[in-house]
Amino acid sequence: MSELKMEKKHFLSGDEAVAYAVKLCKPDVIAAYPITPQTVIVEKISEFVAAKEMDCQYLHVESEHSAMAASMGASLMGSRTFTATSSQGLLYMCEMLHYVSGSRFPIVMVNANRTVAAPWNIYGDHRDSLSQRDSGWIQIYVENAQEALDATIQAYKIAENSCVSLPVMVNLDGFVLTHTYELVDIPNQEMVDEFLPSFTTTNKLDFNNPKSLCFSASPEWQTEFRYQQYEAMEAAKKIINKADEEFGKIFGRYYGGMIEEYRCADADYALVAMGSVAGTTRLVVDKLREEGKKVGLVKLRSYRPFPKEYFQKLGRRVKAVGVIDRDISFGYEGAVYSDVKGALFHPGAQVKTINFIAGLSGRDITKEYLTEMYQKLEAIDKGQNIAEVQFTGLRWT
Amino acid sequence: MRPDLHHLFRIDKLPHIWCPGCGHGIITRTIGEAIAESDLDLEQTVIVSGIGCSSRASGYMNFDTLHTLHGRALAFATGVKLSNPQLNVFVLTGDGDATAIGGNHFIHAARRNINLNVILFNNNIYGMTGGQYSPLTPTGKMATTSPYGNIENNFDIPALAIASGASYVARGTAFHDKLLVDCIKEGIKNKGFSLIEAMSMCPTSYGRRNKMGTPADMLNDLKTSAVNINVAKKLTPEKLEGKFLIGTLHHKPYREFTEEYDKLIDRLRKEDI
Repeated sequence: MSELKMEKKHFLSGDEAVAYAVKLCKPDVIAAYPITPQTVIVEKISEFVAAKEMDCQYLHVESEHSAMAASMGASLMGSRTFTATSSQGLLYMCEMLHYVSGSRFPIVMVNANRTVAAPWNIYGDHRDSLSQRDSGWIQIYVENAQEALDATIQAYKIAENSCVSLPVMVNLDGFVLTHTYELVDIPNQEMVDEFLPSFTTTNKLDFNNPKSLCFSASPEWQTEFRYQQYEAMEAAKKIINKADEEFGKIFGRYYGGMIEEYRCADADYALVAMGSVAGTTRLVVDKLREEGKKVGLVKLRSYRPFPKEYFQKLGRRVKAVGVIDRDISFGYEGAVYSDVKGALFHPGAQVKTINFIAGLSGRDITKEYLTEMYQKLEAIDKGQNIAEVQFTGLRWT
Repeated sequence: MRPDLHHLFRIDKLPHIWCPGCGHGIITRTIGEAIAESDLDLEQTVIVSGIGCSSRASGYMNFDTLHTLHGRALAFATGVKLSNPQLNVFVLTGDGDATAIGGNHFIHAARRNINLNVILFNNNIYGMTGGQYSPLTPTGKMATTSPYGNIENNFDIPALAIASGASYVARGTAFHDKLLVDCIKEGIKNKGFSLIEAMSMCPTSYGRRNKMGTPADMLNDLKTSAVNINVAKKLTPEKLEGKFLIGTLHHKPYREFTEEYDKLIDRLRKEDI
């Protein structure tokens, strides 16, 4: 553990923690366009570049669409790239998200989760990134600033794995994580270099081996390209877990890969949460455990690829599962809930489920709300009739 | 005596959120003043804005207002105007909103010469997100994203608008507010695309970083750097070095888009009969 002592603790916001991670990963090209609450990330990086602490090309472009286009241009020259965005900016680059994943460029982007307009609001929920579910990007959600830093480093490791070769979006909650400060370990450069070697790829423009990139594919071949993307996402499931294990061996911090269970081993009732609310849920679980309630938390880190196999098993061990969605898929239910439910109801499962729509547009998800959620799980298990989709803290019904 | 404008503003939304010393409040008042003096039907007036400090202005104005997406105010306004060409449509936008992320809409709205009144608040910076350089940050100036000085060239907004097809183009400043009122009124009278560049100032995200002194100093810079176009005609190029022109820079009415569209509909209807 002597190596670990070489890490230094710093008092950082989530945005700043991401900037330090990017610096350690040594990207060649960074494309930046400001949007709240992400702006601090690219601003901090520009300070590193100005101070010559980073050796990279830093482009200030004229829109998010251009930010992703510039990242892709750099990636197809074989460069490691980085960009960050949020909310409307993510939606504006939507066309490029598909273009990048379809062309299999391992771009890493951090998305500061913020709701989408209208009505205008700059605060956090997951409606921005979840709306990009089918864009072909790996999506990781983090709980705190330390995990934001660590997941960003892991993201390059996952994206650039030759079995994966897909872009990765690391999501951290706007304001709650981006603008709050905590003590963060910044790994030393040598250890990061050991974990993340420099980027090499054959999927690039090369004068010695001329080829065409971003080509057209006719109906005869399009399905095969999509199958390869499907396979790469399936392969990513193992690689995400492996990257986390390797990271843990070097840095001493493990996150569980695609999911992390907290006090679930003998739990009757489990809540599934993504992002910062997982932190509050841990406290509630501890409190309810003291009262003798058999409750647990499933922190979902990887939304795409989705850990279907895990939930299939969970469905056979617990009595009721609640899913906290900081989003709503209008016309159905929370997007995460649909996926969890689809996996839980594997043949043989008798589990009951509730969807909690909560924390929209920055509204707090308090310990009281979380306690109520666990109470509702117990209530449906005991046969009480409760509507499947619950809007938490609604002012009227 | 300047007119009482209380009825044109949402008083319950004031005070505004702009920083102390920002020029945007002055410019927003000039828009109200120009509307008041132009005898417009307030019930038939729509104000559309994009995103950024400039675009907060629509929220303070007591009209039918739209606060739209970043760069897209002109696209929304084009739709509003086409759906009912009788409406008076104003677009409030900024240098980043109109010439960076929304640059394409800007040149095409001007090219169509659609009857919109565009007031472009130019504060030379992305103020709301904390001071990134925009296409109007002067070369050499500091921004959070140009810590060694901006190496990019700037747009000349009036020249861009004229070349794209705008039929009325003018420039005023937060200091020359009476002139700005007159320019906006001329723009309202013009049947076609009217572009008024309103030079503002951002002490917080631009002035401070570039050591431009107090907001009063920045206002004074606008005063001394601006030359009225009528005066400029009598000055030598040397005397105009480092200055910018204010007043009506271009006024050449020609076929307007919504009128041409209506004519087309009329013609095809007749041919059908």
